[in-house]
Parts: sequence; structure tokens; C-alpha cells
Amino acid sequence: MPKTMFEKIWERHVVVQDAGQPALLYVDLHLVHEVTSAQAFEGLRLANRRVRRPDLTVATIDHNVPTTNRSLPIADPFSRAQVNALIRNAEESGITLYDMHSAGQGIVHIIGPEQGYTQPGMIIVCGDSHTSTHGAFGALAFGIGTSEVEHVLATQCIRQAPPRTMEIRADGNLHYGVTSKDLILAIIGKIGVGGATGHLVEYTGDAIRSLSMEGRMTVCNMSIEAGARAGMIAPDDVTSAYLRDRPQAPQGEAFDAAVERWKQLHTDEDAAFDTVAQIDASAVAPMVTWGTNPGMVVSITDRVPDPASFPAAADRMAAERALEYMALEPGTRMENIPIDRVFIGSCANSRLEDLRAAAAVVKGKHVAPGVSALVVPGSTAIKQQAEAEGLDGIFKDANFEWRESGCSMCLAMNPDRLEPTERCASTSNRNFEGRQGPDASGEPSDGCRGCDRRPFRGRA
Amino acid sequence: MEAYSRVTGKVAPLDRGDVDTDQIIPAVHLKRVERSGYGEFLFERWRSLPNGERDPDFVLNDPRFRGATILATGRNFGCGSSREHAAWALQDYGFRVVIAPSFADIFRNNCYQNGILPVVLPENIVRGIVENAQAAVDYEVTADLEQCTVSDSEGLRVEFAIDAFRRECLLHGWDTIQLTLKQEDLIAAYEQARDTPPGYTQR
Ligand code: SF4
Repeated sequence: MPKTMFEKIWERHVVVQDAGQPALLYVDLHLVHEVTSAQAFEGLRLANRRVRRPDLTVATIDHNVPTTNRSLPIADPFSRAQVNALIRNAEESGITLYDMHSAGQGIVHIIGPEQGYTQPGMIIVCGDSHTSTHGAFGALAFGIGTSEVEHVLATQCIRQAPPRTMEIRADGNLHYGVTSKDLILAIIGKIGVGGATGHLVEYTGDAIRSLSMEGRMTVCNMSIEAGARAGMIAPDDVTSAYLRDRPQAPQGEAFDAAVERWKQLHTDEDAAFDTVAQIDASAVAPMVTWGTNPGMVVSITDRVPDPASFPAAADRMAAERALEYMALEPGTRMENIPIDRVFIGSCANSRLEDLRAAAAVVKGKHVAPGVSALVVPGSTAIKQQAEAEGLDGIFKDANFEWRESGCSMCLAMNPDRLEPTERCASTSNRNFEGRQGPDASGEPSDGCRGCDRRPFRGRA
Repeated sequence: MEAYSRVTGKVAPLDRGDVDTDQIIPAVHLKRVERSGYGEFLFERWRSLPNGERDPDFVLNDPRFRGATILATGRNFGCGSSREHAAWALQDYGFRVVIAPSFADIFRNNCYQNGILPVVLPENIVRGIVENAQAAVDYEVTADLEQCTVSDSEGLRVEFAIDAFRRECLLHGWDTIQLTLKQEDLIAAYEQARDTPPGYTQR
């Protein structure tokens, strides 16, 4: 019987399948960060349980880390305690930890692929919703809560009822200057923030195939913003070229053997999905959000919509609330919205390719007076590569701040945050109320290029 | 976890869709390493005005809904971040049931893990519950997990669907880790039987 990629991976990982019960699935890779793990380790300790497979568990510190001088201790006592808890837990359990000072440190969803841990065909979980990022490699990767983190630590397994499957097909070519972020935002705008709830999404079509691994990761990263349980893209030559010689990937002949196995993973020709959605990539323009969820999105040349234009009452109400929060008037041209801050970073768009694209736009220009701009590379390795290429100089010359890697202003758990009423153009994935600082309006989620053009215009 | 069977109580109507977990509990409160004490931060940003005072218009500040154990709300509740702190905050505040037309997947799992029953009902029925709660002070709803029904003091009685395994776990207050550890031999057998060893170390 023809099978989808998802079904092939799922079946291979079933440890127990009792009738009428969720499957018990084996987890190949469990990624851990400091914010969602402390209570799980504490739970193990209280129940006198141990980590079953520390060798399949990898931890990093990303959410709380300061992006300024790392030689100083973390100033916030709560952040410091949380970070120290993970250091202790990793040490006691024998888990590899990329700590704040490690060369491999970075945002959890950046370093998994970067180090070669993330590979096709795996089941990957992490106490973090953007675990969907790893699906770009043809892995089944999804976020879990802290109780489930504890379950995986103790058993290396997770209980799951099978999701429904959805194919999102993007055919046609993206125009010059239109990025994978624009594509996924256009998809979310079309199907809505709950449009893929309960579904596993496989992205297919030429537009997806022609993306780099970085671009594919951005697409899969944002799957959760449409409510998807996970997003996946079948592995191909781009995937194996990316993984070859990564430190944790198989090496030499073992790598070639792995590539042969990965080739079997793709969805069979006649396999059926429960739902199918399509988008014409050649019709996608650079996108930017105007509201307080990633589905509230229009093209950069468009205007802030009038809430009255939404047919459903719930959407009208949501749009009114969003515009009130964002302090925006319907009909305002998106390009004319003044901003106070710019944030280039997050696991959606902080890879080398993103920084190169941003630097190409920034080069030779200056941030407008009254605007402050921040670049936070996704990992320490990316930061170093960018510096080797001289990108840091380009940003600094344009008056951007160039920081150490971490989650930073994506969720403002560290000192990088907006002040109340500030408006920020951001490359991150979520524009929820207060996400980037209390009562601040994130206006994120645009493709890298769309956003860094604006600081030069400032309050036009 | 405590066993769960039936909850009867007042309903707090939160008439909004797509409520994300950043609203249920803001990230600044995720720095704590405990599981308890999040209730006071539940919907923190919506509970207070920019000047720090309580917003009298927000449902949880309305004395009529004090002591509510059931939250009725819009579609896609709990979307966004996977933070289990959202479920901890609802539970700590006193909620035992959330009724909505749909839930985000991770949030729904987190509810099951913490003795909160997420009940999916058709949009028009949820709307009716929200409106009844807004209209009458003594309005009460019962969520019965044994019968898989929701009923109210106005004569409503509807069935809801729930995953059989999750239902059993809630009814018995089972520790799911212990359940899985009972199958440890099967896990070990799986690890042995795989053609390539599990994990990334396929070298
Ligand atoms: S960068 Fe943002 S979205 Fe990504 S893991 Fe960090 S906080 Fe989450």
C-alpha cells in the first residue's frame, strides 16, 4: 500500500500499539532547553527515576542568555537559577550540554541541524513548539509539554495518537526578493492560525524543492503558527549536502549508507493525505503582519485592513482588538507605519543565509534616527562565520548592534525587550501581544528583506 | 494526579478566539523552576490596565465570576508556545474544565497531564454557554467525564468526544510514566531489534 513519508517514519518508531490506544513511539533525539526542563528533572528525582538514554538527549541554553558580555554572570537571579538548574541536571544525568560559553551554543532549533544531530527519518521531540523546524530534514519533529519531557527522559518514548495528514503544495517560483518566510506567511494567511490544527503537514511542490535547507527550516519552523502538529519536507540532495561532514552526522561510508536509507522516505506516488491545500508561489509578495497573530498578514505594499471587511464576527472582533493593541488605523499603508526598533534573529530567521540577505540590504546605509536595531545570530557558530565574512562590520557600520546568540527579543526573557508602546519590525515567528515586551507591539514575521528596508526610512 | 470524574461549577466566559499561551501566562514568569504558584499570573496582561490597576472589564476581575471552575472560550485556545505553565496557571487558579470549539494540540495534551478537562463542543453550543454565563449570576455547568456529557442549569445536555486513553488516565489519576515503565521490556526489545540503532549515532 502506498504510504506517506509520515506513515513510514511513524511505523518504524512504534514500540507498542494496543488497540484503541495511542501508540508508544520511540524518540531518536530529545532536545532540551532550560525553560521547559527543570520541573521534568525534578519530577524524575522525586520519583527516583533516571534518564533512560542520556546519549540520545542533547541540551542547550538559549532562552535566558544575555546577548551582551558573556563573561559576566547572568544578572537576573531567576534566569541564573534556571540556567544553573539545567547545568546541574545535565551533569548529573550525563547529558551533553552546549552551555553559554560553548562554541556549539545557540538556539536549540538552530544547533540541532548545525551540529548534524537532526537527520531524516528520525522522531525528534523538545519541550518547545518550534521543534517543527527539524521537519525540514524529513524528520517527524514536534513540541511537547514539560510532563511529556519528563516522560521522554524516563522512557525515551512518547505516547501519541496519529494526527491527520495534510499536504501543502507550493508550485511556481518565488519572485526575486520573496523569501521562504513570505511563502509560509502567505500560507498561514490563507489557511489561518488554526488551519492545520491536529494535522501533520508535508510541504511539497517545486517552490519547496528549490529552497535551501535554511529556507526549508523557516517554512517548517512556522508550521506551528498554523497549528500543525509538525511540518515536514522530504529529504533530497540539498538535505544530504547540508548534513555531509556535520560533526554528529554519520561519516564516510556510513553517511553514504544513510543517504540511501533517506531516499526511501519520500511519500509514495499514490499515497493519500486527509487534506490538501495549494498555493501559487509565483503570486506571493513580501509579507508583513499588522496584528497580534501570524495569520494577520498582508503584503508589504498593502494596507492595514478594515475590521469591518471581515465577514465573520469573531474575525472582526479579533481585528479590532489587534488594531487597538497595535495602535494602527485601518487603511494605513504598511510601508508607512513608523517603527522604533528592528530585531533580526530567532529560530525562524537568524541563520547565515538570513544574515547575508539582511547585510546585502543594509550595506552602505544607516539606521534612521530614533530607530534602534539589533542583530542576534542564531548560534555562536553562525556568529563566527558571519564575522569571518565581515557581515558584522556591515551591520555595525549601519548602526546595528551586533550581539551574541540566543532567543533574545523573540520572547524577551533576557534583558532584550521592547519598552511599552514601542513598535518593532522583527524577523521572528510570533507577534503575540506582549511577546517582545509588555504592551509593546511586535510587528514581526516578515521575510528578512521586507523588514530591514524600513529602518532606514524610520518615521517617514 | 487526582482522579477526575465530574465538575459542577460557575463558568467564566472568555469571549475571544485564538488565545495564545503567551496571554495565558507571559514568558517572564517562566523563569521559575517550580510547578506551582502560577495562578496569580494567569492572563496577567489582560487582568491589569497599563497603569497597573485591575481592569474591571476583564472577566476574571468581575466579582460575578469569582470561584469559577469552568472556562468557556473561543476557537484554537492555547495556541502558540508549548509552555505547560499555561495549564499549571489555569489549574492553580482553580479551573478544572475548559470548553472551546477547538484547542491547540500541545496545550490540550498539557491539560490532560494536569487534571484539566479540555472539552470540545460545536461553536454554537459554546456560544450559548458563554452567553448564559454572561447573562445569569447563578448559571452553572456540569462536565461529566464518566458520561462524557456537558449539561447546564438551563437544560442543555450534550455529549463530547474524548480520546479513550486520556479519559481513562484522568478518571483514574494514572501516572503515565509508570504505565510506560511497565512496558520497559518492550522498549528494550525495540532498541535491540532496530536495523539501525536508534538515534543520531548511526556511524
Ligand atoms: S527563538 Fe523564539 S521561537 Fe525560537 S526557540 Fe527561542 S523563543 Fe522559541
